Amino acid sequence: MSFEQLAMPLFERLYNFAHWLTQNRDEAEDLVQETYAKALKGFSSFQPGTNFKAWMFRILRNTFLNSRTGLRAATVPLDPAEGDPALPAEVQTPETILIDRTSREIMQAAIEELPIAYREVLLLCEVEEMSYQEIAATVAIPIGTVMSRLSRARRLLRQAVERKLQLRSAS
Amino acid sequence: MSHELWTAQLDAYLDGELDSAEMAKLDSHLRECPACAAEGLRRLQWKKNVQSAAAQRYGADPKLRERLQKNISPEKPVRRWWPAYAVTMAVLLLLAGIAVLREGSRQERNSRIISELVDLHVSTLASSTPVDVVSTDRHTVKPWFAGRIPFTFDLPELQGSPFELVGGRVSYLEQSPGAELIFRVRKHQISVFIFQERAIPKGLPNVGPVDARSFHLEAWTHNDLRYFVIGDAAREDIQALSNLLKGQM
Repeated sequence: MSFEQLAMPLFERLYNFAHWLTQNRDEAEDLVQETYAKALKGFSSFQPGTNFKAWMFRILRNTFLNSRTGLRAATVPLDPAEGDPALPAEVQTPETILIDRTSREIMQAAIEELPIAYREVLLLCEVEEMSYQEIAATVAIPIGTVMSRLSRARRLLRQAVERKLQLRSAS
Repeated sequence: MSHELWTAQLDAYLDGELDSAEMAKLDSHLRECPACAAEGLRRLQWKKNVQSAAAQRYGADPKLRERLQKNISPEKPVRRWWPAYAVTMAVLLLLAGIAVLREGSRQERNSRIISELVDLHVSTLASSTPVDVVSTDRHTVKPWFAGRIPFTFDLPELQGSPFELVGGRVSYLEQSPGAELIFRVRKHQISVFIFQERAIPKGLPNVGPVDARSFHLEAWTHNDLRYFVIGDAAREDIQALSNLLKGQM
């Protein structure tokens, strides 16, 4: 298959991921364009049979981390609990709330607030439905780190949503 | 195994990351433990909520897709002048070939018709009964054809000319009936064939005078009738008889 045939079906997904990372439309567009340009240039090095989707997302992520916004985002310190074994969720927020428009906006805002290292693994897992191994390949971290970051991302997200829901109730 | 250890596996379980043995164990536990089952359901709902909020959150500008598509599409081969020229030349050559073939076919058809007329003329000369109606009177010959051929025609006044009407017979060209009139000039006999135009293959031009197998021929069309004058008489005689026939038209 040609690069075009492999890459264009991923366009919307890559753009969505890029926008989640950059939080800016123009930067997301630049990021996607640069990703495609780099991928096309390096397509000869892509090994057929390996995971093209993970390859494209890895290029996008690396390109993002080398951008000004990416460098800034990467300086945000991770939660010191990273590396700990996955923790059971201390869930007090009602996960079963109907995800109406307001709840969705709260959820989106909470995801945006996540440090980039957590946000990316969460999105790759929940939105792109990548396996831990694919996420590890995309983000270039061990699978154990994927699991711990994912667990941490989920906990932080729940806490952020809970906090926002409480604020909404209070107001 | 404690609740904490079971629930620690829940995320991996819901992410599809447990192997089949671990999956079976946790499945079994969830059927027996309402607390873990409830926690599993809440986390599943949470996954769906995250997915619902984050997937397709941001839609790309269609123009961006167009730009990308344009940038990454394999370069179309540059159109050079020669392929179009080659195609044009090929079409022209094809048309020329068709024209040549058609012309060849038309000439072949004309040649066949002329040859058939010559044969008819020769067979008439060789026949012991060259004519079915023997008369030098055009007013006798012309009515004789009535009912025998699907058209009528006029014959010229021959008085004062070197030509003499011998008679006539029904003839056939391309399975169509027509009139064959025999004229004599000096010791030569000339056949005049008259057929309906529609009985003649299309495209057969007016010819003549032409020579065919030592015979002279002249042909023309008038009032949807096709006239052929053929004989071994001098070309001038063929021409003169043709003019006589045309003159009374």
